[in-house]
Amino acid sequence: MFSLDLFLNALVAGVLLGGFYAAVSLGISIAFGLLDVVNIGHPIFVILGSYAAFVLNDAYGLDPLLSGVLFAPVFFLIGVVVYQVYYLSFERKGESPLRGLVFFFGLLFIIEVALLLKFGVDYRLIEAPYIGRSIHIGEVGIAFRLLVPCVVGLLMTLAITQFLSRTFYGRAIKGVAQDSLALRLMGIDPVRIKTIAFGLGIATASVAGALLIMISPVEPSIGRAYIGRVFAIAVLGGLGSIGGTLTAALILGIAESLTATFSGPSWSLAVSFGILLLVLAVRPAGLFGR
Amino acid sequence: MMRRWPVVGVLIAAAFALSCVGDAGAQATKQPIRIGFGMALTGGLAANGQGALLAMQIWRDDVNKAGGLLGRPVEFTYYDDQTNGSTVPGIYTKLLDVDKVDLVVSGYGTNLIAPAMPIVMERKLLFMGLFGLGNNEKHKYSRYFQIAPNGPNPAGSFSEGFFELAARQNPKPKTTALVGDDAEFPQHALVGAREHAKRLGIQVVYDKTYPPSTVDYTPIVRAIKATNPDIVFVASYPPGSTGMILAAQEVGLEPKMFGGGMVGLHFTSLLTKLGPKLNGIVDYGFWVPEPTMKSPGVEAFLQKYQPAAVKAGVDPLGFYLPPWAYAMMQVLGQAIEATKGLDQQKLAEYIHAKEFDTVVGKVKFGPDGEWLKHRTVAMQFQNIKGNDVEQFRQPGKQVVLWPDEFKSGNLIYPYSAARK
Amino acid sequence: MQARWLLALAGVLIVGAFVVTRTVDNRYVYFAAYGILQYVLLATAWNILGGYTGYVNFGTGAFFALGAYTSVFLIQAVQAPLVVLIVAGGLVSGLLGFGIGYLTLRLRGVFFSIATLALAVVLETMMVNWEYVGGAKGISIIRPSAGPLFTNYVQLLFVVMAALAMGAVAVAWFIEHSRIGRGFATIRDNEEAAECMGVPTLRLKLLATTVSGCLMGIAGAPFPYYITFVEPVSAFNLSYAVNSLAMPMVGGTTSWVGPIIGAVLLGTLQQLATVTISSELNLLIVGVVLVAFVVLAPEGILGLLRRGTRRTRA
Repeated sequence: MFSLDLFLNALVAGVLLGGFYAAVSLGISIAFGLLDVVNIGHPIFVILGSYAAFVLNDAYGLDPLLSGVLFAPVFFLIGVVVYQVYYLSFERKGESPLRGLVFFFGLLFIIEVALLLKFGVDYRLIEAPYIGRSIHIGEVGIAFRLLVPCVVGLLMTLAITQFLSRTFYGRAIKGVAQDSLALRLMGIDPVRIKTIAFGLGIATASVAGALLIMISPVEPSIGRAYIGRVFAIAVLGGLGSIGGTLTAALILGIAESLTATFSGPSWSLAVSFGILLLVLAVRPAGLFGR
Repeated sequence: MMRRWPVVGVLIAAAFALSCVGDAGAQATKQPIRIGFGMALTGGLAANGQGALLAMQIWRDDVNKAGGLLGRPVEFTYYDDQTNGSTVPGIYTKLLDVDKVDLVVSGYGTNLIAPAMPIVMERKLLFMGLFGLGNNEKHKYSRYFQIAPNGPNPAGSFSEGFFELAARQNPKPKTTALVGDDAEFPQHALVGAREHAKRLGIQVVYDKTYPPSTVDYTPIVRAIKATNPDIVFVASYPPGSTGMILAAQEVGLEPKMFGGGMVGLHFTSLLTKLGPKLNGIVDYGFWVPEPTMKSPGVEAFLQKYQPAAVKAGVDPLGFYLPPWAYAMMQVLGQAIEATKGLDQQKLAEYIHAKEFDTVVGKVKFGPDGEWLKHRTVAMQFQNIKGNDVEQFRQPGKQVVLWPDEFKSGNLIYPYSAARK
Repeated sequence: MQARWLLALAGVLIVGAFVVTRTVDNRYVYFAAYGILQYVLLATAWNILGGYTGYVNFGTGAFFALGAYTSVFLIQAVQAPLVVLIVAGGLVSGLLGFGIGYLTLRLRGVFFSIATLALAVVLETMMVNWEYVGGAKGISIIRPSAGPLFTNYVQLLFVVMAALAMGAVAVAWFIEHSRIGRGFATIRDNEEAAECMGVPTLRLKLLATTVSGCLMGIAGAPFPYYITFVEPVSAFNLSYAVNSLAMPMVGGTTSWVGPIIGAVLLGTLQQLATVTISSELNLLIVGVVLVAFVVLAPEGILGLLRRGTRRTRA
């Protein structure tokens, strides 16, 4: 059953999937990795992004990616508000992140229900001219439906790493992660910085949601299926390392794809999470952890 | 700090208050016949569950408009089972012991019927089942009736048409791939598909399952393509159906027949978005708007259902489940009228003995409560153009190929010919 | 002195539960109570690890389901009686707890949580692919007869679950009032410091993961007879993980009373919501209550009570 052709295709499919996973996990990587905010509700913001893309696509035939970008500022604002509530209720009082976890679980349910009430329980899909098409390079076929999310995921990762290392705010965000007291001494308000960072994380969900609905049909509760994956990726990559997140996303994507091709798709998720367990047992801080 | 207490208190009080409101409506009229059930209104099966509920409510309103059953109005008491089997025992005991309903019917789907079975069996109640697969196989309970037309071999009914049609082709396909979701319905359908493939001498060259949360289906499709099967049978839930169809076209998997047991290709939301990508796919079906499937009342039912569905935000076509939910209630209603009472034993005996005229046609149950003869059809999508929803209401788009008594057109074979 | 009183109280409650089965015939009460008691057990189990040592387990569903599937296996293989199922479920899940504790010894905080989440996925995949216990299709379980003491099996299950929940609470109480509990607290507050002080943190952590896992398995063991149809989706349901974490949070994590309060309150609320509102709104209520509690009552109801009494004294 093994052939070079299959192997190459599986590898490419894995990379494509990994790029998409990176897009979905970026927000977690920022919130959880850099800010220590256990935003377990991140996947529901992704689903929210999917529905935003769906609405514009259904009504005006707008390209999902475009609406993903259009909605990003709105999502940024949502993120700002959520973080303010979170900060006032938990961080300011020095509560453990654990309580925040329950808070985000609650938030996840509330948004899920809001989507259910508004859109019902049907699976939603979008139309775009490139869905269902693919290009072939030699023996390797690449579906546009997966290529676009991968490329966008890579670009987003690149943009965020650049932002974090090159700009003032970016470096401040990294500073917050390491030493917020030092930041305060420099006259920068760490809360403001964290608010911006969290908003940025939620803004990525807008784009990631658009990518998700490009790949597969969406229904309000499917976000739950991503909780495990995104946290696995963030942790596998090592907290605080955006590049690590990308690597971990690619590893998981390739592992899933190879398992699906060569042994049995039924085991693909178990293999991914098995890898995570192994890495955690051997290298507790993840692959690129601080 | 004490100020916070009232807020929490108000929240709890509000919840309780809401609960009282829910109860109040139930005691309005004198001596109604009360029918209770749990239904998936949230969770994985909610799209179908809400459609079924709507159909049942239409039945209730129809009956009440015509003067009720035995001159008594019909009322429903129903709870959301959240597509979670653990809620079902509580729901049915509540219905029976607290609400004291006269009759119970099942919620939608095998996993949600099963936990109710011991409760109804213990009390020897008549139990109408809505789309359960083999729920009564172990119990052999004589007062259980299931409305989906799966017949005596439920698992095999979804694939029989697909493989029978394949076997009729010349040259006969020699190999098949079987693939499906790691979930209840697809697994049953795959068991049936294996039986039929074996019976008809078609060799299985690929037989694997994937988790329902799979994102990318192209690796699976490539692995299938590498085994070069003549036909490909897919048993899937909506995300898998969509994923497999898109991936097959991207990878260029073009077997001679493709499809089989794909759930979701009956719902408007997927049909309109997949549009022409559906052409050539053979799928199982229960009811489609073909002239050969017309039965008295189904048009009238759909005319009531469709506008109501748009309003309620559920599947606006309603070909898959709603007519059957309506038919299930019709059987129950007719039995109540005929036996002139609510005696569970008499009702069950009557339902066993008689043939019923329903919106889905004539229904006759076998000894195990399944249809005496199975009537799941195989259909093919043909001539789908664009993404307009209206075309799916017209004949000639979802052509019935099998069984012969409902046949409304011919299989376009091979699959690639229908894709042109 | 207090211990003896509590023990007596527990005894009275169990006898009371039994007496209830003699007098109340409304079976809904038993199903509803079973569900709530099951959550008392799960929340208490979760709290032994999560509340006392501060290690958050996301994989309650995995331990619970493992208990349930151990039962399914034993029912399939040898028609084992309920007592055996409970002991076996506890042992197997306890072993898993020990294993995950051992594997993740070096993991701190949230990393441990993610590991338990991963564990749940791996385990669910295994059950999905294990045909003997039903696989993805699920398996139908026929209840045995209830025996001479009870008129139906549900009453038996109710009394058994009441006893198990009481047992779990007793274990939690014992831990809290022993040196072990103080050891656990030092891990929660500052693991490094505790280690330097000579607290055997490793052994204590292993003890906590094992006991907690074992109790969760025990909670899952009677599940096949409760639901009579076991399939991975309901056995591994996310609601077990969410509830077993949320209930102690709502009640208060530092004391054995907290999980009980939380489980009774949230469990009752959910049961009520299921059989009254019956729409998407009942999920909304759970969400709103979770958010409201963690925002408004950060230390749970116990914290509120404590603060309340402090204020009145002052």
